[in-house]
Amino acid sequence: MFAFDSLADFFAMGRHGLYVWTAYGFAAAVVIYNQLSPYLMQRRMVADHRRRQRREQGTQPASSSGVTPS
Amino acid sequence: MWQSSFWQSSFWKNLVRWFHKWTSPKWFYNLSRPLGAWIGWLALLILVVSLVWGLAFAPIERLQGNSYRIIFIHVPAAFLSQAIYAAIAALGLIGLVWRIKLAFYLAKQSVPIGASMAFLALVTGAIWGKPTWGAWWVWDARLTSMLVLLFLYLGLWALHNAMERPESGDRAAAILALVGVVNLPIIKFSVEWWNTLHQPATLKFTEAPPMHISMLIPFLLAILGFYLAAVAWALKRTRLEILQRERRTQWARDELDRLGGNV
Repeated sequence: MFAFDSLADFFAMGRHGLYVWTAYGFAAAVVIYNQLSPYLMQRRMVADHRRRQRREQGTQPASSSGVTPS
Repeated sequence: MWQSSFWQSSFWKNLVRWFHKWTSPKWFYNLSRPLGAWIGWLALLILVVSLVWGLAFAPIERLQGNSYRIIFIHVPAAFLSQAIYAAIAALGLIGLVWRIKLAFYLAKQSVPIGASMAFLALVTGAIWGKPTWGAWWVWDARLTSMLVLLFLYLGLWALHNAMERPESGDRAAAILALVGVVNLPIIKFSVEWWNTLHQPATLKFTEAPPMHISMLIPFLLAILGFYLAAVAWALKRTRLEILQRERRTQWARDELDRLGGNV
């Protein structure tokens, strides 16, 4: 059963709306951080991997095409 | 007699083989992927159900009004921050004693998750404290020992990043984690040993919870949801740690190619 009389009542949370919603906002932020940060980590690792590969190919004389390794 | 036959039994040998496989980083990498995905989706489902239930459908609390609804995130976050710390210390010990690399990787990548949970417990506690006690923060035993826990997490992360060789960071962090275990009983018993504003534990193994069932179910579900989410995040992060450490091996290169989308 819905614990409130109306939707406005629900958002107001008695006199405690600001406290409750701020706390849940922080919880959402922490969940989003934990969910997203591994993907950012992964992107960085893939970028590093590609840079490493380019460097390795650049040092092989057979495939040197005049491109300066970054 | 019995003992020697036990150690030579196929049951024991299979157990050892299974253990070695599981603690091999590559094996763990492949097996944890589907496992982590399932746990992650289950966590999302349980978290949404429990938090919507707690916010909108659990009845209002007689004394605290609606501010008590913060409990559905505050207590799971506090639980998790301590459980993850205990896990990090245990994994550190395993890594130090049996030299299992995977234990170190899991321990390291659990640090940011535990830190975020300690942070969330402190912040939601402060927000809850204001309407309930009239203060955002008091220097009492429970709050201070939780703050120490957050600092321990930050110290662990700093140690991992300070060392040039990641293996040195693993060992240093494991030792700090083991020393810091002392803080866990202090957090737990702080509400009994000292006079404190903080209310005693809501859940005890020895007593029936003082909560009504309509609040208790979403509360327990929220704890379960946070636990599962933390496991899924730890698996994902540990897989990346494995790739990072093994980046010079062929399988890790192939996997990095696959993740980069050029297979």
